[in-house]
Amino acid sequence: MTKVLTPTKTRAVASSRSRLRFAQLRDLALIPAIIVLIIVGALASDTFLTAGNLIAVLQQQSELSLLVLAEALILIAGKMDLSLESTIGIAPALAVALVISKEANGLGVGVPAALAIPLCLAIGALIGALNGFLILKLGLSGFMVTLGMLTMLRGIQEGLTQGKNLFEIPEAFTYLGSSTWLGLPASVWVCVVVFAVAIVVLAYFRQGRSLYAIGGNAEAAKAAGIRVDRVVWTVLIIGGLLAALAGILMTGRLGSVAVAQGNGMIFTVFAATVIGGVSLDGGKGTLFGALSGVLMLGLIENILRLLHVNGFWIKAIYGAVIIVALVVTRVATGKKQD
Amino acid sequence: MTASANEPSAAGEELAAEARNITKRFGRTLALGDVGIAVRAGESHALVGRNGAGKSTLVSILTGMQAPDTGEVTFFGQSAPPLQDRQAWQRHVACVYQKSTAVPELSVAENLFINRQSLGRRSLINWSKLRRRAAELLEQYQVSVGPDVLVADLSVEQRQLVEIARALSIGARFIILDEPTAQLDGPAIERLFERMRALQDDGVTFLFISHHLQEIYEVCQAVTVYRDAEHILTAPVAELSRPELIEAMTGEPGGLNVPGAEDRDAVAAGSEVALSLRGLSGDGFTGVDLTLRRGEVVGLAGNASSGKNEVAETVYGLRRATAGTVEVRGRVVPTGDVPQALRHGIGCVPRDRHHQGLVLGLSIAENSAMTVLDRLGPGGAIPPSVLTDRGRRAIASYDIVAAGPDQPVSDLSGGNQQKVVMARALASGPEVLVLINPTAGVDVKSKESLLGVVDAQARDGAAVIVVSDELDDMRVCDRVLVMFHGEVVREMPRGWTDQELVAAVEGIAEQ
Repeated sequence: MTKVLTPTKTRAVASSRSRLRFAQLRDLALIPAIIVLIIVGALASDTFLTAGNLIAVLQQQSELSLLVLAEALILIAGKMDLSLESTIGIAPALAVALVISKEANGLGVGVPAALAIPLCLAIGALIGALNGFLILKLGLSGFMVTLGMLTMLRGIQEGLTQGKNLFEIPEAFTYLGSSTWLGLPASVWVCVVVFAVAIVVLAYFRQGRSLYAIGGNAEAAKAAGIRVDRVVWTVLIIGGLLAALAGILMTGRLGSVAVAQGNGMIFTVFAATVIGGVSLDGGKGTLFGALSGVLMLGLIENILRLLHVNGFWIKAIYGAVIIVALVVTRVATGKKQD
Repeated sequence: MTASANEPSAAGEELAAEARNITKRFGRTLALGDVGIAVRAGESHALVGRNGAGKSTLVSILTGMQAPDTGEVTFFGQSAPPLQDRQAWQRHVACVYQKSTAVPELSVAENLFINRQSLGRRSLINWSKLRRRAAELLEQYQVSVGPDVLVADLSVEQRQLVEIARALSIGARFIILDEPTAQLDGPAIERLFERMRALQDDGVTFLFISHHLQEIYEVCQAVTVYRDAEHILTAPVAELSRPELIEAMTGEPGGLNVPGAEDRDAVAAGSEVALSLRGLSGDGFTGVDLTLRRGEVVGLAGNASSGKNEVAETVYGLRRATAGTVEVRGRVVPTGDVPQALRHGIGCVPRDRHHQGLVLGLSIAENSAMTVLDRLGPGGAIPPSVLTDRGRRAIASYDIVAAGPDQPVSDLSGGNQQKVVMARALASGPEVLVLINPTAGVDVKSKESLLGVVDAQARDGAAVIVVSDELDDMRVCDRVLVMFHGEVVREMPRGWTDQELVAAVEGIAEQ
């Protein structure tokens, strides 16, 4: 008795194409909402549709979008990092403090100004590496470790600068955040490039696909020969690196490093990521979705500002809007958020 | 295991549970099409069918988790309570699922009385009384676990007994067992059957779901077969032969058609050695020696504590060896490192497809290519066409019933999911295959095709280790090594009988 397998080629092909199209549609679920917001904005204010305003929206969202990219990568791999909002402050603060003089609230150790950017990125990467060590090697709770890190890093920044903002930032450091290339802020270009690279890697490279495998089922990924700890650690380091890059852009845009730089941002980061369809449970979501989440929140914020909403109420309204946005997204995508 | 245990049923004509004209659709999929089942009081009634036949849907309707689109359910002639009234349902019926429905981090006592911890009074919880009542209950049903133990610390067997005791204490006299034996070893299965027979004598009725047809002949009096959402037959077990039963399940005449080792030529003693284990020791096993030649299939049998799974997992790098070596074609493979094992040409179907075998949210293509993601394109690139092609080939080669390579694995039935795991193991073209429970929880047809793959791989020159509790899986092996308490105690060449193998596995020496 010889077993011969009977291939069932015929029925395989039929519905695969429609399924693919459906998956892509899901990715575009927020586009209608964004279009509606643009129409609302145009009706609400004459300045909304001006090039100046829209470019300002993009520039403001560029820093947020880098944090969202970082968080999306980490969430897809099944972890989370709350400390990004402190990294965006401490990384440029420490790098700049090492460069500038005591009179400008720096440390006055006289590190060459050219090293400021590499230092800043290295600090971000180091924070990610430290998070990775605590979570992966010591087996601590990722939520608590990064929450502790969030508080500690903010505290270090306050202690280091004695609660003062840092001025006299080296010009090289502010270049990216303050220049304009081809009519658009350089920071927007940076984001476009970083997102484009990340989207391609996540969709078409094994390094990217392994994030989905790990976030979906780490044990199965391990049994398939994926080095789970190494990949997750790398993602946490990239997360810190991206937060530091966002810090450079923000510092350049504002011309100084505020003590509270990034403070409270993590809420918006998570909101944009979840609205963009990334699951808090890991293994699900796309960067394009996350990016549209950022755009959506940026437009909402801009419209509220153009409507001259009372400053004391803006937080309440913003919080409510995010909850409404979650509801709208839930209805629009038909997907339970977890 | 004998098929002679069909004592005349003690069942009367009264029906403990009956479902009539049940139809249930999910979207466009017909899950049940005008089916019924009638379970007589006091019998053990088997419900069998291939994966996707509609068994799970029927269970969810019989337990009041879902309402049928049409049709009705009765218990002892009474209409079933409304869906919202969970407590009324619990007094009629309970189901012990493969996955625990007990709360793992609570004690056995609290689980027994969950949601009725105050024992019928409107008062604060009296913990000492709760423990006492729990102890009495456990005593009554002869469950030998303490009331203070956490459910998380129980074995599968103990957990099942606790869930049965809970159901009985609520008043249910009709209990559904959904593949209760899937995670039990031989002696535990025997104990479960003895327990079922004793409870049957006390008037408890069982609906028993299993893929092991042998078990149905051993413990059930009647059997109902579903196929493709339809009711095929209901008959006394004694009047239905095994081939007839399989024909009812598959719709094709002829019994289980698994390939046997005898169909292949014997492996020549001088042929090339593919895998050799020398003095391999690790978690739960010591000093295992094994020489596996190309084209040879070796079975590892033993009970749950024999160490057979651990040996296999160590070969594939899921565990680190404490001593000894694993060599593939004479090259030493570092242990505890799956990527190294893959690189040396070892492929593996891991123990549990949900735990280690699949990423359910990802597609068939991605799952089946997961072991070779680094080989699909330059620099780790994964060209979509290559990935889709991989998926398409897996679907064709392993007989996977699916809409296409982009379909998420979570949509597939158990048997087809297991074929994806097999595809993943074979994607790297391994010279050595390690298969742990390769046919666990799959239907007859899928089992045939999975074992057919093993046979085909051996003919192609792969060396295969099959670790399994199922005799059917062992038939494809050229020889079977029996493990007991972490050591290989016996080697059985082709031509063993079921009795010999079972005796050896249970540690009853026959030499």
